[in-house]
Amino acid sequence: MLSELKSKLLAESCEEYLCQLFDRIEKSSLNAFTTLAKESALKEAKLFDKNPGRGLLAGVPIAIKECISTKGIETNCSSRILRGYIPPYDAHVIERLKAEGAIIMGKTNMDEFAMGTSTETSCFGPTKNPWDHTRVPGGSSGGSAAVVAGGIAPCSLGSDTGGSVRCPASFCGIVGLKPTYGLVSRYGLVAYANSLEQIGPLTHTVEDTALLMEVISGHDERDSTSAEGTRRSYLPGLQDGVAGLKIGIPKEYFGEGVDSDVEKAVWAAIHTLESLGASWQEISLPHTRYALAAYYVIAMSEASSNLARFDGLRYGSRQGEDKDWHTTFSEIRAKGFGPEVKRRIMLGTYALSAGYYGRYYLKALQVRTLIKEDFQRAFKEVDLLASPTMPIPAFKIGERINDPLSLYMADVFTVPINLAGVPAISVPCGFAERLPVGLQLMGPHFGEGAVLRAAQAFEAATPFHEAKPEVV
Amino acid sequence: MENVIIGLEIHVQLNRLQSKMFCGCSTAYHDSPPNSHTCPVCLGLPGSLPVINRKAVEYGIKVGLALNCKIEEETLFYRKNYYYPDLPKGFQISQYDYPLATQGHIMILGDDGAERNIRINRAHMEEDPGRLVHAGTIDKAKYTMVDYNRCGMPLLEVVTEPDLSSPKEARVFLDKLKSILDYLDVFDGSQEGSMRIDANISLKGGDRSEVKNITGFKGVEKALSYEITRQKNMQRRNIKVVQETRHFDELRNITVSIRSKVGAHDYRYFPECDLAVMRIAPWVSDIRATLPELPDVKRERFVKQYGLADDHAKSLTSEIKLANFYEAVATQAAPKLAAVWIADVLKGELNYRDLAIDCFREEHMAEIVQMLEKGKISEDGAVQIIRELLDKKSGSPGEIVLALGLGRAEDDAVQKAVREAVAESAAAVADYKAGSEKALNFIVGVVMKKTRGKADAGEVHRLVKAEVEKV
Amino acid sequence: MITREDVEHISWLASIKIEDEEKDELVEHFNSILEYFHQLDEVDTEGVKPTYRVVDLANIFREDAAYESLPQDQALKNAPRTENGYIKSPRIV
Repeated sequence: MLSELKSKLLAESCEEYLCQLFDRIEKSSLNAFTTLAKESALKEAKLFDKNPGRGLLAGVPIAIKECISTKGIETNCSSRILRGYIPPYDAHVIERLKAEGAIIMGKTNMDEFAMGTSTETSCFGPTKNPWDHTRVPGGSSGGSAAVVAGGIAPCSLGSDTGGSVRCPASFCGIVGLKPTYGLVSRYGLVAYANSLEQIGPLTHTVEDTALLMEVISGHDERDSTSAEGTRRSYLPGLQDGVAGLKIGIPKEYFGEGVDSDVEKAVWAAIHTLESLGASWQEISLPHTRYALAAYYVIAMSEASSNLARFDGLRYGSRQGEDKDWHTTFSEIRAKGFGPEVKRRIMLGTYALSAGYYGRYYLKALQVRTLIKEDFQRAFKEVDLLASPTMPIPAFKIGERINDPLSLYMADVFTVPINLAGVPAISVPCGFAERLPVGLQLMGPHFGEGAVLRAAQAFEAATPFHEAKPEVV
Repeated sequence: MENVIIGLEIHVQLNRLQSKMFCGCSTAYHDSPPNSHTCPVCLGLPGSLPVINRKAVEYGIKVGLALNCKIEEETLFYRKNYYYPDLPKGFQISQYDYPLATQGHIMILGDDGAERNIRINRAHMEEDPGRLVHAGTIDKAKYTMVDYNRCGMPLLEVVTEPDLSSPKEARVFLDKLKSILDYLDVFDGSQEGSMRIDANISLKGGDRSEVKNITGFKGVEKALSYEITRQKNMQRRNIKVVQETRHFDELRNITVSIRSKVGAHDYRYFPECDLAVMRIAPWVSDIRATLPELPDVKRERFVKQYGLADDHAKSLTSEIKLANFYEAVATQAAPKLAAVWIADVLKGELNYRDLAIDCFREEHMAEIVQMLEKGKISEDGAVQIIRELLDKKSGSPGEIVLALGLGRAEDDAVQKAVREAVAESAAAVADYKAGSEKALNFIVGVVMKKTRGKADAGEVHRLVKAEVEKV
Repeated sequence: MITREDVEHISWLASIKIEDEEKDELVEHFNSILEYFHQLDEVDTEGVKPTYRVVDLANIFREDAAYESLPQDQALKNAPRTENGYIKSPRIV
């Protein structure tokens, strides 16, 4: 889609196209954008029309998740505590996008500090699923997915800590990739759980995701967890197909708890891949059932530390008269953070505290090793793994938000991937009562090439990527 | 002292590095306006990430080796989590398990004159927090101002075992440590805040108190002395010494309790996942090879090689620059004499003017010592030359000698004067021969008059005596 | 089992003020979530090394060279309260 867009922008007008988008955004009731960078974006568009660049994304508008630092554009992670914060620097991925000529349109809504599966914990209120406005778009990158699915942005970036790119991709019927940990620099990504998260693209097609990955991946010396090596290329060979590819079906990802329509759609997808030349076999990832608990212990522990910097001194909101520093900090944080964020910070603090560190945090890290080894063992026998992205289609807004645990349960198939650090993509593979269903394809570390090839082959052989929501 | 148990935690700023511990902000932040030396990383802006300064680690290993520590093969950083206005991230990147260096020691001269082995528990790396400036005193100020320029400065924390047994020993230890650090050229001790000390002290059988953030060695000695008295008094009155944190008030020379909230600090240490582990075992032998001759070894060598007295050797080897200065001079002039004049005289004149050894030139010192050796100037003259050079900051010894007329009379002239004086003072000679010492002094006076005071009095006395004997 | 006192202590450690009315619900939520976490006890992790970092990198450094810092106005731009270039903080005591 982006390659056609690029040609269109050269042939016609980037400014016109962008104006159309901004018009649509104004009329949209999705509540997907939090900040629009209209002025700067239109300025860029005008410049492009006068003198088009040759970058990989020249003239292409892109929406950015709230938690990715954008110089001069408010970055608040959909949290009251960061309202008004304007970073003096761009995240690494933003620098890369700009270097290739992309135009930053604005910031998209998310679960507060990326903590959530539905974009309902945002201080700006929930974003609506373009397919059904009474339902959630998924989270935490709900806004990023909704703008693409809703046709008000051609592509976007989100972040994925426990499924936050794949879940909204699945719920909104688009493509979303979580790269291998370390492949995309986290410099400028406001941290929630730093050992788990990665920035990933959300797009209409697999080819678009491959293109964005070419732009944003690669070593950054400012991120000490950044993998060695220059930017990878994923476009060449993307159409090579799946002949001879061995796909593993982890039995733990099917059966009880999975919606029957979802399971049907995913099996149909597996058979499609089979018809394209791949073979499949059942495998086991035996520690899957412990992944959720391990994930939440680790994520909450890291979050409790990563969010300790929000105290109202150097940025953020601060009202009223100051008392002594501890009281003031505690009040600012109590007022500025939403209930889910407070819960996770406190539980994380507890998990790391004296006497509990071994029981929770250390234990979770050991289970993480076992989960990672499950994947490594599986990839000795097969090339890729396939499963549903989410066990259910998009649920209703308000349905799960008051029962934290039930919300956490929805991440059951996405979190193991973050624990292991392997790459995974979600591609639309059908519908469950007119709501999109996502197929999740997972690969070994740095196996994005195979994952994208398989996803591309599937997409080319199916009509799902062309489906657009009736109601926007 | 009996029954006194002291341990020290010393925070050394590795300010000879060009940049901070985890970012590229320059370390030359003194004299800069507040908050003008920060970046997204050391300011802890959301989304920023640290990157380890390789040289800081090398310096850390250097210090560890100089302190006779074992260097950890694989070391890593941890997060020390606590809230405070001077800590922008809400945690300090520090070390916990598997710190850089452990199990070292330094030898010092104890109070009783015997050598004492002070064990080093660990030396680890961490970052400095920012600086708080209070509008008024810490307890009365309505608000506090924060300057993050210092935030992220590389620190090496050296922790001793509680092996010290008196405030004086603590002071001696600190002097030794500073000397070693000076030799390694990892830190500039003249910068404000470059070394901060926490002191732990208890009396046998009692709980210990911690006095935090003392900035001078004198302060440490005073704080510890005060604590010993305070704790002894409490013991005498059967009041239990509470384990607590105290602050040293420099103006009143007392320690005061910093009342902290109920609940001990729980730092919730866990590994800093934004940073990779450091496998540094392969670096150790190369770094060990770059270690300079350390103070103790140099001191022993000076005693042997130059025949110096131990306290001269000690004085000359306290700073590397001074030691190098001495050796340069000793290759050109009499070593023992040079030692006296550098350790006893020059050092004193420098200290008085608050100047460093850099302010004096080796060639000048050598020249002065040579002139003394040859008897061309008197001791008083030498002192005058040194002072002139330091105060006027220009000229050379030779020029000053001529300008001030400090040259001693030529030997022939003195001899002549002596002969004449003895010849002219027959009466005095006779008196001396009869047993009067005073008579000799009379003749010496005559000689001094003849040479217009340029002769060395002691020298003249000898010559007169010799001459008189001949008569 | 987490109690109200535990919740109060955690809130102090985490520097987040909680009102009295919130405490009971927090106790309930915490207990149910921690109960779920206890599943991990079932896993035999004897001799298993913890995974802190999912990709095994070592010795990632930067050279000791200084770069340009943020100008003072940029560093202070987002601070809600400043005075003479300093950031104003609530009092220490």
